[in-house]
Amino acid sequence: MFTKPIHTKLLYLVILAAALLLPWYVPDAYIFQIVTMSVIFAISTSGMNLILGYTGQVTLAHGAFFGIGAYGVAIMTKAGISFWLALPASALISAFIGLLIGLPTLRTRGAYFAIVTLCFGVIVWIVSGNWIELTGGHNGIFGIPRPSAIPVPFFGEITFFTQTGMYYLSLAFLLIVLFALHRLVYSVFGLTFMAVRNNEPLADSVGINTFTTKLVSFVAGNFIAGIAGGLYAAIIGAVSPTAAGYMMTFNFLIFVILGGMATLSGPVVGAFAIPIIMEFMQFLEDFRMLIFGALLILVIIYFPMGLVGGLRRLNEKVVAWRQRKTTESGHASS
Amino acid sequence: MLRVESLTKRFYGLVAVHELSFDIKKGEILAIIGPNGAGKSTVFNLITGTLKPTSGRIYIEDQEITGLRPYKVASKGISRTFQTTSLFDQLRVIDNLMIGYKWRTGLGFWNTLLHTPAWKAYQTEAYKRSMETLDFLGLADKSDYFVPALSQEEQKRLAIGIALVCKPRILLLDEPTGGLIQEETERVTDLIRRVRDNGTTVCLIEHKMQMIMGLVDRIVVLNYGKKIADGSPDEVKSDQAVIQAYLGGEVNA
Amino acid sequence: MELFLQQLFNGIMFGSTYAIVALGLTLVMGILNIPNFAHGHLYMLGGYCLFFFAGTLGLGYWAGMVLSVAALGLVGVLMEKFVYRPLNDQPHINAFIAAVGSLLFLESFALVVWGPQGLRIPNPHPQAIELLGITMSVQRLLVIIGAIVLIAGLHLFMKKTIAGATIEAVAQNREGAMLTGINVNRVSAMTFAISTGTAAVAASLISPIFMLSPSMGAILGMKAFVIVILGGMGSVPGAILGGYLLGLIEALGGGYISAAYKDVFAFAALILILSIKPTGLFGKREV
Repeated sequence: MFTKPIHTKLLYLVILAAALLLPWYVPDAYIFQIVTMSVIFAISTSGMNLILGYTGQVTLAHGAFFGIGAYGVAIMTKAGISFWLALPASALISAFIGLLIGLPTLRTRGAYFAIVTLCFGVIVWIVSGNWIELTGGHNGIFGIPRPSAIPVPFFGEITFFTQTGMYYLSLAFLLIVLFALHRLVYSVFGLTFMAVRNNEPLADSVGINTFTTKLVSFVAGNFIAGIAGGLYAAIIGAVSPTAAGYMMTFNFLIFVILGGMATLSGPVVGAFAIPIIMEFMQFLEDFRMLIFGALLILVIIYFPMGLVGGLRRLNEKVVAWRQRKTTESGHASS
Repeated sequence: MLRVESLTKRFYGLVAVHELSFDIKKGEILAIIGPNGAGKSTVFNLITGTLKPTSGRIYIEDQEITGLRPYKVASKGISRTFQTTSLFDQLRVIDNLMIGYKWRTGLGFWNTLLHTPAWKAYQTEAYKRSMETLDFLGLADKSDYFVPALSQEEQKRLAIGIALVCKPRILLLDEPTGGLIQEETERVTDLIRRVRDNGTTVCLIEHKMQMIMGLVDRIVVLNYGKKIADGSPDEVKSDQAVIQAYLGGEVNA
Repeated sequence: MELFLQQLFNGIMFGSTYAIVALGLTLVMGILNIPNFAHGHLYMLGGYCLFFFAGTLGLGYWAGMVLSVAALGLVGVLMEKFVYRPLNDQPHINAFIAAVGSLLFLESFALVVWGPQGLRIPNPHPQAIELLGITMSVQRLLVIIGAIVLIAGLHLFMKKTIAGATIEAVAQNREGAMLTGINVNRVSAMTFAISTGTAAVAASLISPIFMLSPSMGAILGMKAFVIVILGGMGSVPGAILGGYLLGLIEALGGGYISAAYKDVFAFAALILILSIKPTGLFGKREV
């Protein structure tokens, strides 16, 4: 029902191998840091894609939920709680606050949800900058401890004091998230997300509780954002209101749209490619956002499926062309 | 089987449906007809919960369903199609049907995430039932097509299929042959007959008199939201009030 | 008592700005059913245009204001034509995303051209008047009076001219208006021009009092959304009333409760009210 062709599977294996071997061929600490950040952004963006791409709900608070996860881990680990407890707890807090926001707003259709999430994003940003006792105000929280080592029987332990250790930890979470999303999306249950996006009245009339479907998608997406935020706090070792700001949301949005909505690989491609492109465009400074703002508009008008969607369509065309070619030559020889 | 009791719907002072009562008997094909704006689609929207009635009650086999949300009504075994062909046009044909079958299964978040044995069974069941329905519709060879690649008639069939895949007790069809030519109309009419023969009660809204007369067991006629006639096609054809309403309508047009 | 009156006065002044900005936003949302997330940023651009025409080119305050309004009107027309019109028949969320793209574009445009530091437009009317024991600068009074004049003018335009009537017709029923031969595209462009033009008026009136910065539009734009939702989408009286109300609530809340969280009140109120009444305070019921 939902199987993929063999050459796609091979491609994924190659990419996975490249990701696993990355510390060996990227010795530059700065670039390595950017790639590690990309892994984290890919996790968060995949969560946004579930809400925005698959379920069609424009959430503009994803950065806020990312920030809640980051502040959660920062505050809890500074209070002496283990990272391994703080991370799931923070993600659950993100998910729970998402539930509180989603309950009143996801019943409405159209613009309300987008506007309310945008406003919620601003609230989180303002609060994180002003609630000095909890968040450290505009300076944020420093000196967040790294995750403690995991003991492995007969082997020793896995430590996370190095950048490499944190990279593998993030990569492991990205793979888990993608695996879970793959299960959700390629299933009858996943089809209901797309049904809500595609035709809500019809979905309603065939017995799908569209409100619950949207809520599940929103809460799950925010849970994923919370995980990404928590990892971010542990890797950077500090959080400030920018981690919860609306620019964070807009960055995720750019990754999703340019990478490709409603594809599993699109957000990952976006989260890896765009920060690296931005790095090469460093000399353009503020012009970069000017370009990406314009690009967002152009892509949504002319290539609403983004890079991955565009490539997929190109591939379909090539296949169709080949099929035509073989049938034609078949006719010629017979 | 389905009973509507003094149903009334007002929109901002306008009365769309007024004190309407009728019932649909098990195993029959019932047509609701009437001039444009008679409130036919509104009746469907009230039954399926898309609109909330101002007053009145709706029962299915003596269980009240008045004012339930649409997805709840669907899970009571009442399926419907829409006047304008409504499909999941970004998805494949088979996906459309599996979505229609979903509420019959326990395919929820955790089952799907954990790939429980129940998940596997349900998923197979949904696929089987969907393919079976496609066979019934005559679309089996197009299961992998995307919806826009289908012809208009095929899309109409698929819309019926989405409503039918979950084995409903009653199927409400809103102009199932609207916009189709004679030949296609006959094929869809035949499909509706087969649906009834398989044990599903059918209630439909139509304009094509000729098609209705040959197909249905009973007709309810609405005019300005009120029932003006209820009976077999022959009784309705010779009813004075009906002739009046239709002639009046034509004179106005 | 004097503090109260002073806050009241400030509240009415801020409320005037909110009312005008929300008015423009509600017009566009009524016509196109698109949340123009960039509306606050267009207001910001209006302020910078005033700075450019009145300050950089030295044309004086009033000429600068007229030119700024004209420039923003043009920007509105271009935005409707090149950003939103191509997305008319695509899923709604695409237009939402294009709106976010426009917002990013405009903010970085101001950043690139005028830099991140705050700019000051010399106050053209620095005199002050004493009344009832409170000081009112003439420019602040001008904001209040200007808003009333603008609202009255727009009201006359909507009710007494054919162009105004077509806007209302399209807002009520797009397909119906198209059938009666109204050029819906032209009406959309005109509405956009009015919407962005009025935003420029608001910016021109108030920016001599405060500093200009590229981020000044973000929060204001969101507040305008709050007002529009609570006042009922597409409702002009709702936007005006809501604008003044929010101005007063903020001034009094900021003065008496907490200045740091002044901006949070509006957003928190929005989320609260929507949880109780999902269609807004004066919103029409969904049919």
